[in-house]
Amino acid sequence: MSTTPEARAGHGPLVEVEHLTKHFPIKQGVFSRAKGVVHAVEDVTLTVNRGETLGIVGESGCGKSTTARLIVRLLDPTSGAIRFDGRDITRVGQRRLRPLRQEMAIIFQDPYSSLNPRKSVGQIFFFLNDTAPTEKDKKQRVQELLDRVGLSPEHYNRYPHEFSGGQRQRIGIARALALQPKLIVCDEPVSALDVSVQAQILNLLKSLQDEFDLTYVFISHDLSVIRQVSDRIAVMYLGHIVEIGNSELLYEHPRHPYTAALLSAVPRPETNGGTSTRQRIVLSGDVPSPVDPPNACVFHPRCPRFQPGHCDVETPLLRRFEGDQEAACHYPVERWPMTEEELRHPFGGRAAAESR
Amino acid sequence: MLIYLVRRILWAILVVFVVLFITFLVFFKLPNGDPALRFAGKTPTPAMLDEIHHRLHLDKPWYIEFGYFVKTFATGDQYGWPGLGYSYNSFASVKSQIVYRAPRTLWLIAGAATLWLTFGVAIGVLSAVKRRTLVDRLAMGFALFGISAPVFWLGLIALYIFWRTLHWTAGTGYTPIAQGPGQWFSHMILPWVVLSMLYTAIYARMTRNNLLETLGEDYIRTARAKGLSERRVIFRHGLRASLTPIVTLFGLDVALLVGGAIITESVFNLQGLGWMAINSATQQDLPIVLGVVLCTATAVAFMNLVVDIVYAFLDPRVRYS
Amino acid sequence: MSSFSGSGTPLLDVRNLSVRFNTRDGVVQAVSDLSYTLRRGETLGVVGESGSGKSVTSLAIMGLLNRAHADVAGEIMFEGTDLLKLSKEELRTVRGRDISMIFQDPFACLHPMYRVGSQIAEAVRAHEDVSKSVAQARALELLDAVGIPNAKSRARDYPHQFSGGMRQRAMIAMALVHNPDVLIADEPTTALDVTVQAQILELIDKVKKEFDIGVVLITHDLGVVAETATHVLVMYAGRAMEYGPAHEIFNAAQHPYTWGLLESMPTVEKRLDMLVPIEGSPPSLLRPPPGCPFHPRCKYRFEPCDKKRPPLQSIPDGHPDACFLSPERKREIWKDRIGAELGLTV
Repeated sequence: MSTTPEARAGHGPLVEVEHLTKHFPIKQGVFSRAKGVVHAVEDVTLTVNRGETLGIVGESGCGKSTTARLIVRLLDPTSGAIRFDGRDITRVGQRRLRPLRQEMAIIFQDPYSSLNPRKSVGQIFFFLNDTAPTEKDKKQRVQELLDRVGLSPEHYNRYPHEFSGGQRQRIGIARALALQPKLIVCDEPVSALDVSVQAQILNLLKSLQDEFDLTYVFISHDLSVIRQVSDRIAVMYLGHIVEIGNSELLYEHPRHPYTAALLSAVPRPETNGGTSTRQRIVLSGDVPSPVDPPNACVFHPRCPRFQPGHCDVETPLLRRFEGDQEAACHYPVERWPMTEEELRHPFGGRAAAESR
Repeated sequence: MLIYLVRRILWAILVVFVVLFITFLVFFKLPNGDPALRFAGKTPTPAMLDEIHHRLHLDKPWYIEFGYFVKTFATGDQYGWPGLGYSYNSFASVKSQIVYRAPRTLWLIAGAATLWLTFGVAIGVLSAVKRRTLVDRLAMGFALFGISAPVFWLGLIALYIFWRTLHWTAGTGYTPIAQGPGQWFSHMILPWVVLSMLYTAIYARMTRNNLLETLGEDYIRTARAKGLSERRVIFRHGLRASLTPIVTLFGLDVALLVGGAIITESVFNLQGLGWMAINSATQQDLPIVLGVVLCTATAVAFMNLVVDIVYAFLDPRVRYS
Repeated sequence: MSSFSGSGTPLLDVRNLSVRFNTRDGVVQAVSDLSYTLRRGETLGVVGESGSGKSVTSLAIMGLLNRAHADVAGEIMFEGTDLLKLSKEELRTVRGRDISMIFQDPFACLHPMYRVGSQIAEAVRAHEDVSKSVAQARALELLDAVGIPNAKSRARDYPHQFSGGMRQRAMIAMALVHNPDVLIADEPTTALDVTVQAQILELIDKVKKEFDIGVVLITHDLGVVAETATHVLVMYAGRAMEYGPAHEIFNAAQHPYTWGLLESMPTVEKRLDMLVPIEGSPPSLLRPPPGCPFHPRCKYRFEPCDKKRPPLQSIPDGHPDACFLSPERKREIWKDRIGAELGLTV
């Protein structure tokens, strides 16, 4: 009984984030003076519609996990605004957040460290004690949840070390579902699992979404997984959103050179298998440090399309394309696929100066 | 690196200052009683009490008292630097007593520390490499013995066997090295061994555990994959990475023995700082006790600094943070 | 065991390799009866999930298994010599010189307290009696060759000052110091970002061609295998399930486990209606199931599967696999279901 994303999304955004910024100070010196700042998340604006899955993808240090934690207010933003279900939760204190916490849940990446090893499964659900009238009711509710995620009732009394990685992740999912949230943030939920188990968990998440009308923010570095689960996608680099929009449109025709490079880099089985003749766009160098991000367009030092005098001087803003697609680039990718050589020449030739 | 050093030295000075303050509070400002009485020892005369009142500025506000205390300490009194006054029991200056007795304690520590560091680490490495074999079990059994056997018992047994019965070493007492290196050594060898037993055991266990943990790390597997000899893998790669907690502990252990080797000094009648401290404490000879406390505190601050420097030298990650 | 079209004698010829660990809970059969060959210019992709035994196999080749706890049987022929019959010291001279290995997590694989350059120089002096300066010069040469900019000053850095991609390059440099014949790469890109992954895979390929060596690439990522491997060995529960040239494995896979992997993987090419997972979980190696180790999870199991273990056998017009299904049935299933779904049929 799966409903289409369009049908579910008809009710307006569940999460709205505007110009969200998070800086982490670096302390040093005898008296812990702030020496610098990590620009973890910089001016992020996005919305998550009800019932949809927003995928956030990017490499390490891009700020995707930090963004997720900001949305559920596990972290305090440095500036910007966050609205959940119409309510502004940007500066709300922890105490007033508590009832809201029932509506937002989070699943973490590492099934081995996100469960308290000293608590049995039943004890992990202690927070249900308030909502269930008796111990027996609580146990029943927990066992229902366990059943829904594919575990069995007798797992109630077991301890985390007795479970496999995939099973632990199921417990984490059950825990997230327990208070019937509207939003679940999934932070790399399958990255630490074997391939054959990944598919089980992804299928489970999908069926839960259909059954309970959930909204997901799904974070991953794995572009294949993101394509499989997301309705819309945000691509992040060094704390900025470089591209955001409908998932299919993005994969069919990425607009930002970084997105293009990411897609190009993913190894995949092909119809002629074996040694690939596919042309890859290989970015040079490493991701710069978020303490000292580059000027203007943060991607310009590694961008195959970099035009000096423009990209390192003027910050590109998110620009809308046909359909639901936005990208922040002065020289967006004109067509797809493209080789690295073709990418280097925007507009097929003498670029910047003339087209400005 | 230089900034790191300067920073650590400043911290060390700050620590000594804080210790001075706490000492001051404890000795000068404890309620119930006249500090002068405390300082005066067992047989105070009114004249003595007056003199103490005046000398220690006990009638002035506490910060003036403390100020004089620090000033005297830093700049010296009639006996020289640091200014620690004199004992009202024996009328000897504290400084002279410390200077007289410190070498005994320092020699004791130096010898024992060398022994325990060498043997402790060596036994630990052997145990780790030959894990679960007879050698390992014997070594750890010895470790258990070393930790459990009381020092005074070990000391008396050692004296009985090696001095009384076998006549291999001299008995209790101390001969300064200048007066006869042979005699000095003969007096020191048993205290060295006895004091180091406990620490050898602890360090052996610690080295064994650290090394075993380190040997499970990925970079050890890489070292083997390069084709390095096993010896090189264990020492240059394994031990090197395991040393840092041992160094930290070593610094603290050595520092605390400066006024703390009480039992060993007593059993062997070495009359070092620890022995002096305990005797003075029972005789309520406060200036001496104060002197030893400051010695120990300074030793701890100093050794902490040394350990930090060695640590930075050993682990480059600390240097660049 | 059939060998495929390949020029020259095999560099590495593994025959009936078995590795058994004696643990407190019992005997764990980590690898059973494994055979494969590797020739110059080939990249053998060894694919499997956790517990498949793919890493243990390579550790056995390198002699890095603790002989006190592991029983290793079979033969590992390297240029005519059986590595398993060598003494510890003889193996040590092979390790790092003729066969090199790089590992998954470059963050933890370099010693944190020594400079990168000196660790590479140490690798040089492990097998060659040269002076420190000569070794250092060679280290710089190699750092440059693997694409580390400013090799001279970066060689004096410590590992924590390198990024993940650079550390892996340094590891590769270290592995190439003595021009080995075989490079074993155990999940070399798993801990790296995808754009860096592409760089490293390119580097490994370049190295293979320039130095004319054979590469064993261990991974759980079928995409990586598809792009870089010339041959593929699929492992499950310590055994070979399927073994053949890469293009055959991806265009005409024969084993239900391989089908399961292909069907359950999301792909960047398109969004599938459904991922088809392999039900159940990997078997316990302490008490493996009777018969075929995969049968409890196999959709196509039938009568003989839980009674006898299918041997690794060639099929006509195909490559070896370990499954009792008939060749016709396998082709049928591939054509009608798997291949069609995934768009992988030629």
